[in-house]
Amino acid sequence: MPAKNYASTRFSELAEINEGNVKNLQVAFTFSTGVNKGQEAAPLVVGNTMYIVTPFPNIVYALDLSKPGAPIKWKYEPNPEPAAQGVACCDVVNRGAAFADGRVFFNTLDGHTIALDANSGQPIWNAHIGNINIGETITMAPLVVKGKVLVGNSGGEMGVRGWVKALDAGDGHVVWTAYNTGPDKDVLIGPDFKPHYDMDKGKDLGVTTWPPEAWKIGGGNMWGWISYDPDLNLIFHGTGNPGPWNPDLRPGDNKWTSGIFARDPDTGAAKWFYQWTPHDLHDYDGINEQVLLDMNWQGKPRKVLVRPERNGYLYVLDRTTGEVLSAKTYGPVNSSKGVDLKTGRLVENPDKLTGTGKVVRDICPTASGLKDWQPSAFSPRTGLLYIPHNNLCMDEEGVEVNYIAGTPYVGMNVRMIPGPGGNRGAFTAWDIAAEKPAWSLKENFPVWSGAVVTAGDVVFYGTMEGWFKAVSAKTGELLWQFKTSSGIIGQPITYRGPDGHQYVAILSGVGGWAGAIVSGDLDPRDATAALGFVNAMKDLKNATTAGGTLYVFRLP
Amino acid sequence: MRPIVLLLLFTLLALAACQREERDTRPQSALGSGEQPTPVTTLEPGGQRPSPTDNKAASFEANAFHLSEGKRLFGWFNCSGCHANGGGGMGPALMDQKWIYGSSMESIHATIRDGRPNGMPSFRDKIPDDQIWELAAFVRSLSGNAPSSAAPSRNDDMMAHPSENRMPDAATLGKSP
Ligand code: HEC
Repeated sequence: MPAKNYASTRFSELAEINEGNVKNLQVAFTFSTGVNKGQEAAPLVVGNTMYIVTPFPNIVYALDLSKPGAPIKWKYEPNPEPAAQGVACCDVVNRGAAFADGRVFFNTLDGHTIALDANSGQPIWNAHIGNINIGETITMAPLVVKGKVLVGNSGGEMGVRGWVKALDAGDGHVVWTAYNTGPDKDVLIGPDFKPHYDMDKGKDLGVTTWPPEAWKIGGGNMWGWISYDPDLNLIFHGTGNPGPWNPDLRPGDNKWTSGIFARDPDTGAAKWFYQWTPHDLHDYDGINEQVLLDMNWQGKPRKVLVRPERNGYLYVLDRTTGEVLSAKTYGPVNSSKGVDLKTGRLVENPDKLTGTGKVVRDICPTASGLKDWQPSAFSPRTGLLYIPHNNLCMDEEGVEVNYIAGTPYVGMNVRMIPGPGGNRGAFTAWDIAAEKPAWSLKENFPVWSGAVVTAGDVVFYGTMEGWFKAVSAKTGELLWQFKTSSGIIGQPITYRGPDGHQYVAILSGVGGWAGAIVSGDLDPRDATAALGFVNAMKDLKNATTAGGTLYVFRLP
Repeated sequence: MRPIVLLLLFTLLALAACQREERDTRPQSALGSGEQPTPVTTLEPGGQRPSPTDNKAASFEANAFHLSEGKRLFGWFNCSGCHANGGGGMGPALMDQKWIYGSSMESIHATIRDGRPNGMPSFRDKIPDDQIWELAAFVRSLSGNAPSSAAPSRNDDMMAHPSENRMPDAATLGKSP
């Protein structure tokens, strides 16, 4: 799985590459994916094979690591519908594949989940679960838990109702579907559902916290990360923003959007829910990674869930109950004034309320959040969470919008600007126990890549200019960097090769929402292009060009 | 009293001096023109033939009323959701000089009506034909292909880019900035 383990720590025990020798890293081999769109996927290494999923058209490559130069073992082309490209909100990305029991599972942009034989690349089953004609796409990496492939849909900008499905890993049939809006029976809320806070208690809140029928086109999609705790037998997944962005069309708390569910993986039954951002005003999807840790929290051992959230807070939750133990900002935030730990509720800033016909300036963080999908990494050796993130603010104006199935349902003019300090990105090491940053590095562009940390106390991440960087896990000191052919927005991984040595791999290829200006050749004269992101990225076309190349490094 | 009468007189005179542009406030029925071929290439074996023109194209193109209607419809039918205010997003930029399927009124009309394979929906059943022509005219104004006297001016809303009547002709900008 892309996150390394069910707890999603992205920590590797490998220590051959360490703080002292990382400066000697050199290229072992490269591979062109043949697709010049945003490469957000994590390469997956199982045994002697590396598996890569490209952005649309979602080609899967298996590379044989046991042979010099890692030649192609097989290639699988699912041929997704070209029309799917038009309904993918933010470039045509894919976040990777999952492996279990000799099979590779992945999703296609046009709404298929496919199981391949890992040895031959032959398809075993193909489940069509998303409908592009209502604007539904799939971009997330699936997670396989107890013989079930967990998949969620994208489409929060198209008025698509969000869901998570569990498909049988054997034959692909749908075992359960949990919607993230609507009546309790659709959301799989039953007698076992025990949310911690009063605001999440009540019957059919997924209907009653919306204007009539609005929940049917209300978003709450699940295109991010899922974690799993085998001891508690719970999966944890976030829910995306409510639709449309313009909040005037949906008074109410808009359950169960911009929150997090704990569910039983066998049945999908909800155990608890917590809403990061009730009645979201700024596209604060709640689908980021959840890092599951067992740690001493203020003197007591606790099972926690750590979540650097899009709304700007670093949450520490008790993952058995959904209680918020800590919520501190990890960057500039003015859209809210804190989290009330008694009620669990985010305290909105009355100066930053958006609405129709009203331009609200300097809202931080942006619609893309203080941090978007780009996953962080945790090292048990340092106790630090390494967070790649953005530093951006925005102006917003609500505008009228009509729901036309299969077209965007946004209703907001957005233009983003660099945040305080002018650096548009940062890489922050957060001391979870001390609830404050240990160190933070400034980056010119948003850090849209994931991170990986190793037992050699080295953290790897990439920048949108194309630098692949290794920094000290303890101090953040830059130890090594390599300029790749295009901007990096992928997920770095490290693995032990067939020769017993440690390797580090990253896909380079700019794109995603932040890089759409380059991968989609957008026009920077329009401040609202790419839902306003282009305004903050006007100079990216001068810094990098589109690409799609795998880089693998090793020591000499 | 007298000054007011004078003022009224002057206003009337001034108004009479304006030549008012013709306005088709009652456009034709939903279904309509545009069944003629609209090639998406200039490569035609044996040499290019003049491409057929539609008389709707000329009458809608330089007309301020149709252009401003086109602008309204661009938001109304969620074109702006995919193309932003011309800079693009899920769909390509429409304010630059790069055209995949042609920049003529006829080509853009065909794009909107029939859709295009890589994700442009077909609006054939959603938008009446004359409104498609209005949209086409407005799309052209985004890249400076409309007379500045007719193209829409400043928004009441957040300005995403200079108003359409001040947009430079993208084709002569040399390169997309
Ligand atoms: C769901 C997203 C979506 C919506 C809604 C949408 N478009 Fe598009 N549009 C696209 C995509 C994607 C393409 C590129 C298609 C291709 O390359 O095959 C495109 C292409 C175009 C083109 C051709 C550009 C060229 O370079 O030739 C024009 C013109 C256009 N759209 C205008 C419009 C108008 C006007 C509307 C509203 C009626 C609209 N679009 C609505 C996604 C959309």
